[in-house]
Amino acid sequence: MTAQTLVQAEAVTARPGRARRQPHATTSAWLFIAPFGLFYLLFLVWPVVYMFISSFYDTTLVRSGFGNFIGFENYRQMLTSPEFWSALWHTIQFTLYTVPPLVILAFVFAVLANRVGRGQTLFRLAFFLPFVLPSAAIALIWSFIYTPESGLWNSFQSLLGVAEPTPVLASPTLAMIGIAVTTLWWTIGFNFILYLAGLQDIPRELYEAAAVDGASQWQQIRSITIPLLSRTTTLVVLLQIIASLKIFDQVFLMTEGGPGQATRVLLLLVTDTAFTDYRVGAASAASVLLFIVILMVTLVRQVVGRGQDRREA
Amino acid sequence: MRATHLGDVPSTQRTVSRRAVLRGGLGAAAAFGLAGGLSGCGTALSAGVAGTELDPGTVTYWNLFGGGDGARMLTMLDTYRTTHPNPLEAATFTWGNPYYTKVSLATLGGAPPDVAIAHLTRQTNLSEADLLTEITDDMLALVGLKPSDFSPKPWEAQKVDGRTYAIPFDLHPFVLYFNVDVCDKAGLLDASGKLKPIQGTDQWEAALTAAKEVTGAYGAAVATIDEPSTPWRWFQTLYSQQGGPPWLADGGQKLSYDRDLTLKTLAYLRSLTESGLMPENTDYAGSQTLMFTGKSGFYLQGEWEITTAQEVEGLEFGMVPVPTLFDQPATQADSHTFVLPRMERDEPQVLRAMEFIKSMLDQSLAWAEGGHIPAYLPTLQSPEYKELKPQADYTASADTVVFDAPAWYSGSGSTFERVVGAQIGLVQQGLASPEAALESIHSQLQAYADTKSPLL
Repeated sequence: MTAQTLVQAEAVTARPGRARRQPHATTSAWLFIAPFGLFYLLFLVWPVVYMFISSFYDTTLVRSGFGNFIGFENYRQMLTSPEFWSALWHTIQFTLYTVPPLVILAFVFAVLANRVGRGQTLFRLAFFLPFVLPSAAIALIWSFIYTPESGLWNSFQSLLGVAEPTPVLASPTLAMIGIAVTTLWWTIGFNFILYLAGLQDIPRELYEAAAVDGASQWQQIRSITIPLLSRTTTLVVLLQIIASLKIFDQVFLMTEGGPGQATRVLLLLVTDTAFTDYRVGAASAASVLLFIVILMVTLVRQVVGRGQDRREA
Repeated sequence: MRATHLGDVPSTQRTVSRRAVLRGGLGAAAAFGLAGGLSGCGTALSAGVAGTELDPGTVTYWNLFGGGDGARMLTMLDTYRTTHPNPLEAATFTWGNPYYTKVSLATLGGAPPDVAIAHLTRQTNLSEADLLTEITDDMLALVGLKPSDFSPKPWEAQKVDGRTYAIPFDLHPFVLYFNVDVCDKAGLLDASGKLKPIQGTDQWEAALTAAKEVTGAYGAAVATIDEPSTPWRWFQTLYSQQGGPPWLADGGQKLSYDRDLTLKTLAYLRSLTESGLMPENTDYAGSQTLMFTGKSGFYLQGEWEITTAQEVEGLEFGMVPVPTLFDQPATQADSHTFVLPRMERDEPQVLRAMEFIKSMLDQSLAWAEGGHIPAYLPTLQSPEYKELKPQADYTASADTVVFDAPAWYSGSGSTFERVVGAQIGLVQQGLASPEAALESIHSQLQAYADTKSPLL
């Protein structure tokens, strides 16, 4: 609607009393959104509301209704439970293991793939294909690779002369690293594509001008590519941190939190508490705490983003 | 930069447009769905896709038997199929918490199996949570069973509030395996080739020392790492032999273990591994292999490993109840039971479920060949069972079994076993002192004991 038609409409309806505020187009827009909106409300918004409410009750899976109101008891129990803190630590450990490689390596591969003259499609396919696989498939593939003694990784180590190769998923120190490597292989394609798209948006003239001024390849990357990709990088880092904090699939399928409790991440604790121990209220409290952590990360990003915007303006 | 993008398809071209492909694809998918629903074929796949019922008369059965037990159960199911015309859908799930979570969620979601296996120590929790159907004497009578057909110990133990929710299938205690070759050379066998009875810690340690001299490695092996259940079973056996009180009371709200007795038992377990009579670091498979390959004279585990042992070529082995090292005989054990998850059942369905259970009970002898002690008295007291070797050698342990204390977080494969077993393993490995381990156990269990039971 242009400013003129708005003014005309207002002039027409300037009489006191009935003023038609809703133009026809908006009603049909709402009707189009309605089916999805209903679905969204029922299956996304309501469960989150339910989660917040039940975290204040001793809701159990095997009894109907919310149960008894217990205030902050669930939160107190979670925050004083060493299991909760160790699960949170394992989640942060996983985040620390995966975010830097997933950002830096994706950037490196994108830069390299961008330079390839022929066969770029092959590289793009090779990096992105694992991302298409479901979590169960990659868990199977990598459990096979990590099979003790006879799996690919241990066989490779024996080939290199290691006498007794340590089984990756059975060793408390290596299990998380093993899962991190699996995740790296699986999800690097997504960041790679984001970076590649960002790279292709940088005008070639900038590079040519820099080359004329005598800048080396490395200087070009440092002064042109990286700064112009800063928005992509913040986006990738934010998405990666949030995804890593919500890690569940690979850990559940490959180690089930083992060996012992070495890879038990927060969402595993939540599912165990909710579905095995039947304690939905306590699990909701743990979920809300994770939600708060993720919210804090997003807020940091907002602040950083606003700083970037101000600099660019 | 190229001006055209991949999505552009000029409508004047004679190729198939995107809209046509989408329409066709949607039509094909709808046709498949409709065909699945209308064809009436009751296979699990089409039923799952189209949301229809399985063939009427199907019995669905879930269990958690893998390995040797799993193979044996499959042959028993085949026998059921040959004698019963109605279809059977059986599924096996991962042992422990994953299995019970699935059964619980399926029951809560209204789509449970007709019959399921449950450990006796876990089914008490399922029945308290209202997830099981009561099994009345009338239901038992439908297939000619009565309560007196079952061993009294597991039958009484499974009752909740005096009501029956589970039909015991077997008892599976912790037993002692011995390598005949090694024990012979160590002079531990009598003239007929049976193990000389071992009574008390002195005779036990003497036997282990003799075996160790023959093997050059260890006297006896029991799993200590990556395996919380086995250390718990070994500990609980020795603790109960000293008359130790149950670990939990009031449905798990109180920690009622005897502190001094626990520390004493833990110290004893450590002395066995520290002195080299038993290995410090060995996992489930490793501890078996030690005995199978003659690097250990004895092996401690549940009786279910009999199948694995029988498959080792050239191995001659025997099995006896765990010797009484202290005041009274006792053995840690659990029992597999059949339960009926709560659902709406009409009379034919109840009959089919009971008939399935009866068919399994009738094959108790085949099940006993896998090492388990039948809870079905007609089989237990039959001459065929008494002739089964080496099963007959350890049947006596059925009289001295001790079940885990009931609590919402206890039972086979439960949080309790995980917490306690992990610490006991650390003590055996020398990585934690008995006091430190007990401290850790107490604080972890206290958190659970203080938590209100979700089953109420």
